[in-house]
Amino acid sequence: MDLHLKIWRQKDRNAAGKLETYTLTDLNPHMSFLEMLDTLNEQLITHGEEPVEFDHDCREGICGQCGMMINGIAHGPLKHTTTCQLHLRSFKDKDTITIEPFRSAAFQVKKDLKVDRSAFDRIISSGGFVSINTGQAPDATVIPISHELAESAFDSAACIGCGACVATCKNGSAALFTAAKITHMALLPQGKEERNQRVLSMVKQMDKESFGHCSNTEACEVECPQGISVLNIARMNFEYNKALFFNKK
Amino acid sequence: MILNSKIPEGPLDEKWTRYKKTAKLVNPANRKKLDVIVIGTGLAGSSIAASLGEMGYQVKSFCFQDSPRRAHSVAAQGGVNAAKNYKNDGDSVYRMFVDTLKGGDFRAREANVYRMAECSLNLIDQAVAQGVPFGREYGGYLNNRSFGGVQVSRTFYARGQTGQQLLLGAYQALMRQVGKGTVELFARHEMLDIVVIDGKTRGVIVRNLDTGEIERHAAHTVILATGGYGKIYYLSTLAMGCNGSAIWRAHKKGALMASPSWIQIHPTSLPQSGDYQSKLTLMSESLRNDGRIWVPLKQDESREPNAIPEEERDYYLERRYPAFGNLAPRDISSRAAKERIDAGFGIGPLKNAVYLDFAKAIREQGKQKIQEKYGNLFDMYEKITGYDAYKEPMMISPSAHFSMGGLWVDYELMTSLPGLFALGEANFADHGANRLGANSLLQASVDGYFIAPYTIANYLANEIHTGKISTDHIEFDRAEEQVRKQIEMFLNIKGSKTVDYFHKTLGKLLYDYCGLARNEKGLRYAIGEIKKLKQEFFKEVIVSGGANTLNTELEKAGRVADYFEIGELMCYDALTRNESCGAHFREEYQTADGEALRNDAEYQFISAWSWKGENEEPELIREPLTFEEIQPTVRSYK
Amino acid sequence: MLSTLSKKMLMCLTGLFLAFFLLIHFLGNLQLFLPQEQAHLQFNAYSHFLAGNILIKIISYVLYASIILHALDGLVITLKNKRAGAVYKSDHRGRASKWYSRNMGILGTIILIFLVIHFQNFWYVYKFGAPPLDERGNKDLYVLVIEVFQQWWYVLIYVLSMVALCYHLVHGIHSAIRTLGLYHPKFVKWFKIVGIGYSVIISMGFAMMPIYIFFTIK
Repeated sequence: MDLHLKIWRQKDRNAAGKLETYTLTDLNPHMSFLEMLDTLNEQLITHGEEPVEFDHDCREGICGQCGMMINGIAHGPLKHTTTCQLHLRSFKDKDTITIEPFRSAAFQVKKDLKVDRSAFDRIISSGGFVSINTGQAPDATVIPISHELAESAFDSAACIGCGACVATCKNGSAALFTAAKITHMALLPQGKEERNQRVLSMVKQMDKESFGHCSNTEACEVECPQGISVLNIARMNFEYNKALFFNKK
Repeated sequence: MILNSKIPEGPLDEKWTRYKKTAKLVNPANRKKLDVIVIGTGLAGSSIAASLGEMGYQVKSFCFQDSPRRAHSVAAQGGVNAAKNYKNDGDSVYRMFVDTLKGGDFRAREANVYRMAECSLNLIDQAVAQGVPFGREYGGYLNNRSFGGVQVSRTFYARGQTGQQLLLGAYQALMRQVGKGTVELFARHEMLDIVVIDGKTRGVIVRNLDTGEIERHAAHTVILATGGYGKIYYLSTLAMGCNGSAIWRAHKKGALMASPSWIQIHPTSLPQSGDYQSKLTLMSESLRNDGRIWVPLKQDESREPNAIPEEERDYYLERRYPAFGNLAPRDISSRAAKERIDAGFGIGPLKNAVYLDFAKAIREQGKQKIQEKYGNLFDMYEKITGYDAYKEPMMISPSAHFSMGGLWVDYELMTSLPGLFALGEANFADHGANRLGANSLLQASVDGYFIAPYTIANYLANEIHTGKISTDHIEFDRAEEQVRKQIEMFLNIKGSKTVDYFHKTLGKLLYDYCGLARNEKGLRYAIGEIKKLKQEFFKEVIVSGGANTLNTELEKAGRVADYFEIGELMCYDALTRNESCGAHFREEYQTADGEALRNDAEYQFISAWSWKGENEEPELIREPLTFEEIQPTVRSYK
Repeated sequence: MLSTLSKKMLMCLTGLFLAFFLLIHFLGNLQLFLPQEQAHLQFNAYSHFLAGNILIKIISYVLYASIILHALDGLVITLKNKRAGAVYKSDHRGRASKWYSRNMGILGTIILIFLVIHFQNFWYVYKFGAPPLDERGNKDLYVLVIEVFQQWWYVLIYVLSMVALCYHLVHGIHSAIRTLGLYHPKFVKWFKIVGIGYSVIISMGFAMMPIYIFFTIK
């Protein structure tokens, strides 16, 4: 199959970018989307041009490194799928595909399709953990955790940190990302001890990183590769309200 | 050169306790005067960086990904082993030790293996306390599943994303220390060389991958937790960025490489479908708990799988290994698949796969139960291939996965270069010639959480009077100069073939001649071809872009340049081991019915290799293996 | 400076108060559907009662404050969101959410403009103008209402505004419950249904009033 591509090219953080047009022919529909970009890059390099820089690593949908806006949809047309899991069979022969980086005020473009998502790390660093040092752990079965609770904590913990929620949110809000971690930790007995402090610090850090407000449009859940539920956001609000109310300081 | 593995005296089950009792300590006030560099933020890297940070050392943590959470430990699916015996099915530390040693075909140190099994108990506790949501029974207690190569259920899991959950636990512990200021994080930084001053490892040269800046960092010890180099085959289950450059550059500075040719080929990955392909996705081994592997009895079968009646199917694992059946260890399952595929029974468009069938399990347990256990794997399969595995069997094939080989380390996980430690997959230590499923997460974690914190303190205890190490030393100048020169050189070749072309060619060569099966002729041929390919690379490669900017091609060029040398060493390693053991199957050494033929009389040793310089043959140093607890037996899964 | 979550909480509390006020306003206005003679006197008496009550007076100030806070806070939030969100050359993000969820600011602005008209029509005249008196001596608000809704364009403006209100309420109530932190999937579902029912009944009920008057009372 043949494809026309319009790809965002931007030299560095400060440069102005623009869409460049490329055409690829004779592609195999079973090829993955990123392999299609590999093919383009091979051609660009052999023609002495700079390849398109894009983020990717595991190519099996779990590392969270890949991510681009494909025809204006985070991670492309399939729902609950990362860019690397997308294949050309989801497109039609002779289609024109526009590819842009994940954007938001908090995600600056580094080059072409690569963006800076270090804000997520700083949010986790502000409180997304259980404060336990190596060696302090009691036996694993001391606290039973019901099957349902463990599964529900897993649902929240499954976030891969790709940033599709932010990119797809009209407000560039990181509510789903932040809420997923807060919920994961608040559900488990291990995380309950410091839940108030956690939610206050994480929300504070989230606000510092120039993310927008959550308007509850719920688009994030639809485009999330892991299908993280928006109810996590409700849970974050609950935890936050509670922490504010009962905070002794 | 005589290798000292520094295994403590005493009975096997007391060695580690004795070591911990006598290891030197660093007092808390002195810890903040000691700098530690950790390269890599996978399970081993994150956990050691976090643990040392918690203890009060000054840690710098580096990773090439854009966040520590993306390290490839994240992709491990099936689970992590621990001898908790929660299933009451006869498990124990000793049993796990035996399974692992046997699974590794008696090519690992008893003491190391025993210690890993022993520390497995603490790991589960630690992970649960961090909030890792392991699968649980309805009563609230931890659940287990079984994995290849063992007859007990000792594998803890978090659906099919155990690696992700364990890594996030370690990542969060790491980020907590980053927040506290004990660990300084350098994401998007790649280590390009280590700096050795007066025989001790004193720092690293790294490149900021976003800006192209070359930086120097000094420390009292450097820890490599950089994972495996299985990506050398190009097509593998590894992430695109996985590479062997950190350990290889350490090797060229004097650290020995052990058993580099022992690379596990995983039996259940998705088959290659075309030459554009960039990676082969792994389907968790846990699928073999309920899936049955088969090929048609007829060559060049053209019917749809569901149209082939039961009696015309060959469940070859159940046929050849009735005791373990579909749960035979990875090396054996992969080889059995290759045997069938080579004999012309392969299925799929390229005839390069076998079926993994869930029809029986779905019939017996119901679709819902199967969905609960493997739902995300089935979803993943459908996303990638477009087929519904609830309706028809999956197509799977073997693919390069894990490097048992790596930097040689002693019992303290220190390489032959003083002050340089190697943890997790980057070292060779615990798996022998074949790793059992769910042991890699375990090894990476226990190295980082429970072993290295003691052994590194033991080393650092002698460094408290050293004082701050300056990056102005001439060795830093030299190393940086070297790095800059290499970058310049890549950019100036301006040939016509891309880095990926060379990587793919090398990978194919290695897969054919130093992959699932090897023979002397092929290995000699491969060494010659790799040399030629390497020469061509340095004449013909094209690296676009510049040095002082984000440049992925440049990063890849450095890694592939190292792969040539690693590949060559792999072939030497395979060539000098005239036996078959674990992942290393020499066609000349097999039994009449095609099983591996080990030679304990002559090859009961670990091959450690020393770098002798460009165009020189590497030197082989043997570390004999002694077995006091159990005597090597022929590994039978029949 | 309030956190993003607290700013949303302010939206939520003022919004819920306004939504609750609508119910009271709606119930009172149901008197317009009584037989004309009865409606005339009763509605005016009711208005007179409201205007004289101290409690109602306090609530009315809370109401004005809520409207202003809700609008200002909305403005602040929208400005920040505009800065934080991205602009894409090709944008099909809309597939994942409802149009009215994405356009609460616009719906709110329509409602605000409507409020100005609505206040000018009745509240201003009643308070500061010189409305006629009915036979019991109460200010004859009823006649004012009838007069206004004899004009078809007023009816149209009111009905369209109620459509905007309906969508604004559907998303607003749902969103407010989220902001309050109701996360149980079962109750969330119930509240969603209740919220939609509430929004439709109130806004359609309000919309029926001008239509009823336009067509039945000459």
